[in-house]
Amino acid sequence: MFKAIAAFLLGIMVTAPAYAASQEIMINGSTTVLPVMQKVGEAFMNANPGSSLAISGGGSGNGIKALSEGLCQVAMSSRDIKDSERAEAEARGVNPYRIAIAMDALVPVVHPDNPVKEISVEQLRDIYSGKITNWQELGGEDAKIVVISRDSSSGTFETWEEIIMKKTKVSPTALMQASNGAVVQAVSKNKKAIGYIGFGYLNNSLKQINVNGIVAGAETALDGTWPIARELYLFTNGEPQGELKKLVDFVLDPKKGQKYVLDIGYIPLKD
Amino acid sequence: MPIANKERLIHLGLAVIAFSSLLFLGLITFFLFMEGLPVFQYVSIKEFFTGSNWYPTSNPPEFQIFPLIVGSVAVTLVASVIAIPLGVLTAAWMTEVAPAALRRILKPVIELLAALPSVVVGFFGMIVVAPVLQDVFDADIGLNLFNAGLMLAFMSVPTICSISEDALFGVPKSLREASLALGATRWETTAKVVIPAAFSGIGTACMLGMSRSIGETMVVLMVAGGAGIIPEWIFDPVRPMPAAIAAEIAEASFRGEHYHALFAVGMVLFLFTLAFNCVAQAVSMKKA
Repeated sequence: MFKAIAAFLLGIMVTAPAYAASQEIMINGSTTVLPVMQKVGEAFMNANPGSSLAISGGGSGNGIKALSEGLCQVAMSSRDIKDSERAEAEARGVNPYRIAIAMDALVPVVHPDNPVKEISVEQLRDIYSGKITNWQELGGEDAKIVVISRDSSSGTFETWEEIIMKKTKVSPTALMQASNGAVVQAVSKNKKAIGYIGFGYLNNSLKQINVNGIVAGAETALDGTWPIARELYLFTNGEPQGELKKLVDFVLDPKKGQKYVLDIGYIPLKD
Repeated sequence: MPIANKERLIHLGLAVIAFSSLLFLGLITFFLFMEGLPVFQYVSIKEFFTGSNWYPTSNPPEFQIFPLIVGSVAVTLVASVIAIPLGVLTAAWMTEVAPAALRRILKPVIELLAALPSVVVGFFGMIVVAPVLQDVFDADIGLNLFNAGLMLAFMSVPTICSISEDALFGVPKSLREASLALGATRWETTAKVVIPAAFSGIGTACMLGMSRSIGETMVVLMVAGGAGIIPEWIFDPVRPMPAAIAAEIAEASFRGEHYHALFAVGMVLFLFTLAFNCVAQAVSMKKA
């Protein structure tokens, strides 16, 4: 009896996504890549009537997990695939194929009223590890620094940890926020706060800080002088073919997909 | 088919339906413990519960949930301190003072509050309450323990109020009449006769309200701040257990250490809500 119920439920779980997948391309993963794919996807569907994309965010790791479990055909990721994830995918017969689609620069941001303009990578590390706790030490006002970080599970955090923190740990007093949007919200409303976000989320409610004397921007990210930059990827099972290849080519086309990359605020790889 | 057989079939069908929710609860609990307990291969029980370093993705990772437990308990306490007096007194006012017509309108409206999606409440806390806390109370950060407690109070008032109101309404009219006849004022009657008589119902209401607060996820994810520290005062950010689970489970690799650790956090959370519900049950059994 239980076995029958279990088999039935399992059947629903396994067949439902597969059924949906036969009609549309499922895209899942990083919320950093999400806005690009939403824009590009919309344009792609307009250009190719009859094609259908289902795009959802949930984090890089989630997308790669979904790809290896066959729940989506395209995974969006703001970091490279980990060895453990590749092994898990291969064990399930999936061969992740990496396609770089854009460049993202992480930018430290503060409230527009904050007088601090310049910072070094070392100072950023000291702020996030809790060694520097007052804006005065950075030439600002005498106020406590409210440190805002991304959740330790996000791709953005991993990039930050790798480039800025090295082996140092982020202080437990840092506020861990679940999305770029939440960081923007928290920093733009708080004069004592510092946070970091993807280049695409910069807006007038925030002030970007120069790092090691370099201004974050398209040129500095592409020529490699901006210290906190990373590539954004799509992953497919094997080299994309058919409808998937059409989509990937569309994304990489300088006149089509890459145009939207720029619109969103990321940096196109080809122009 | 003979009537007797048909009857038996219907009984059986109803019994299966009745037991299926029990079965699902059992399966979920079993699954929770099956996925949570393996974490103790990586970390000792004492360290897990009393240590204060939650670094799930570091190398090597550290799984110590004391700050998460304190965070959950703290937001629940703040929420209760606000919601219990508010809920119970509103209920008392509705049954003892308000005219029946007003009560008939007010009660559904308060219950409607419970229908507000938690993400809306969280959004409100983030956009409206947080800046106020920073500007008016000079808090370093508006996303903090107090904000989360306030939003949770907002969400548990309807539960507390509605169940308390039912309890107070159920107190026999003769008790009130006897008290008034003995010369007690209306306030004395309410405070010393009606509320004590409805005590078990009110206690149940409070426990269910608290159980809702401790298990609520979206609100604490959005407004509690998410810093895994032990709060020193009411405007410090905290990272309650449900927020940690919701923020991290998506990225935890299947059956990895982090995954098991998050399930173990879920286990602890389950034990907390179970305790609240058991107390609620015990209180409601204790009918004077």
